[in-house]
Amino acid sequence: MSAFNRFLTSRWGPIITGIAVGVLAPILVKLGNPGNMGICVACFSRDIAGALGLHRATVVQYIRPEIIGFVLGAFVTALLFREFKPRTGSAPLVRFLLGMLAVIGALVFLGCPWRAYLRLSGGDWNAIPGILGLVGGVGLGVLFLRMGYSLGRSRPAPKALGWVMPLLMVGLLVLLLVAPQFGRDADGNPTGPIFFSTSGPGSQHAPRLIALAVGLLIGFLAQRSRFCTVGALRDLIMVRDAHLFNGIVAFIAAAFLTNLALGQFNPGFANQPVAHTNALWNLGGMVLAGLAFTLAGGCPGRQFILSGEGDGDAALFALGMIVGAGVAHTFTLASSPKGPAAYGPAAVVLGLIICVVIGLTFRETRTA
Amino acid sequence: MKEIKLVDARGLSCPEPVLMTQNAIKGLARGPVAVLVDTVTSRNNVSRIAERFGWRVRVEDQPDGSYRLVLDK
Repeated sequence: MSAFNRFLTSRWGPIITGIAVGVLAPILVKLGNPGNMGICVACFSRDIAGALGLHRATVVQYIRPEIIGFVLGAFVTALLFREFKPRTGSAPLVRFLLGMLAVIGALVFLGCPWRAYLRLSGGDWNAIPGILGLVGGVGLGVLFLRMGYSLGRSRPAPKALGWVMPLLMVGLLVLLLVAPQFGRDADGNPTGPIFFSTSGPGSQHAPRLIALAVGLLIGFLAQRSRFCTVGALRDLIMVRDAHLFNGIVAFIAAAFLTNLALGQFNPGFANQPVAHTNALWNLGGMVLAGLAFTLAGGCPGRQFILSGEGDGDAALFALGMIVGAGVAHTFTLASSPKGPAAYGPAAVVLGLIICVVIGLTFRETRTA
Repeated sequence: MKEIKLVDARGLSCPEPVLMTQNAIKGLARGPVAVLVDTVTSRNNVSRIAERFGWRVRVEDQPDGSYRLVLDK
C-alpha cells in the first residue's frame, strides 16, 4: 500500500488518475450514462439540483452517485492518510458565488472541463471552441493571480466542520435509495421532495452501485494525486509546470482509446449527444467557467475532492455549483441541444464582469 | 544560518503558495529561504517548483501540523 501511495503522490499520480477516469467514464456511458457524459461534474450538479427540486427541467433530475463517491472517497482517503484538515474562512461567500458563475458558464457550453475533454475524446468537435475558451479563462485568471489576486487565508476549524459535506453526501445517498414521495398534485404529478427524470439525460444512468464505486475509486485516486483539470492548464501557463497537465493528456488519450474500443467514437459537429453547435457560446461559456474555476483555485472535481478533505470553502463552492445549476435552468440560462438559451449569453457577459471585479478587488488583507 | 527571506503561505489555497515562493526566489543567488505552508498539497507543490529552479528543499514538520520548508542552493 505504501509503495502504491508513493507512486500516486509521484509524477505518475495525475497520469494514473487520468488513465483511470479516461477508461471508466466511457464505460459508464456504455452502462447507461448519457453520451460523452461518463462523468461531468457540472451536469451532475445540475441533475442533483433538479432531483432536489431546485429547478423544473424534468429531463435533468437525478441524484448522481458518482458525485457522492467523489466526496466520500476523498473523505475516507484523507482520514486514512492523515490529511483530513477541516478549515474555512477564505472568503466563503465569494467562493459560493464563483461556484454559481462557474456552473452557469459550464451549462452554456454543456459540460465542465472534465466533460469538455470527454466530448473531445468522443469525437464531438464542438468541444474544441469550449476547450479554447477554457484555456482563455484560465489565462485570464493567471493574469489576476500575477497581479496579486487572493481570496485570503483559511483557518483551522473544528473537526466537525469537515464532517458536514461528507454527511450531506450520505444524506443524498439515502434520498437516492429511498426517493421519498410526499404526494401528487391534481394532475397526478409527484410533488416531491425528490424528482427523478423519466426521459432525457436525467433518466440515463449506469447502475447505482457501479456509479458509486467508480466515484469512490476516483475520489481515492484524485485525493492522493491532486488531479485537477483546471490546475493543469493554470500551472502550465503560470510556471511551465506540466505535473498536472500530464494527467490531462493521459485522460484524453485513455478516453479516446476506450471510446474507440467501445464503438463510441463519432467524429463531427452535428448531432452530438447533449451538445450544441454554437461555437461562439461554446467558447464564451467556458471562458467564464475557466476564469471562475481559476479564481476559486481548482476545477469542479477538485472542489468536491477538497470538500471531502475538510475544506469548508471548497464545500461552499461545490454547493454554489448545485444552487447555480438550479438558477441556470429556472432563469433560462442553460443551453439545450438546440443551442444557447434566451438569456445564456447575457448571463455569461454579466458573469465575466463579476469575475473581473472579483479578480481586481480581492487582495489578502493583513490584520497584523 | 538564519533565512534571508520568510514566506508565510499558511492558509492560502492553490496556487498562491507556489506563486509566492517563485516570487521570493526569483533572482536570488543563494538562500536560505523559509516557506511556511499548512497542507501536504502545498508542501509538495512548493518543493517541486523550488527543486525545478535548482534549489534544495528540507522539510521540517511543525508541532501544529504545518510545515516549514527550508530552501537553499
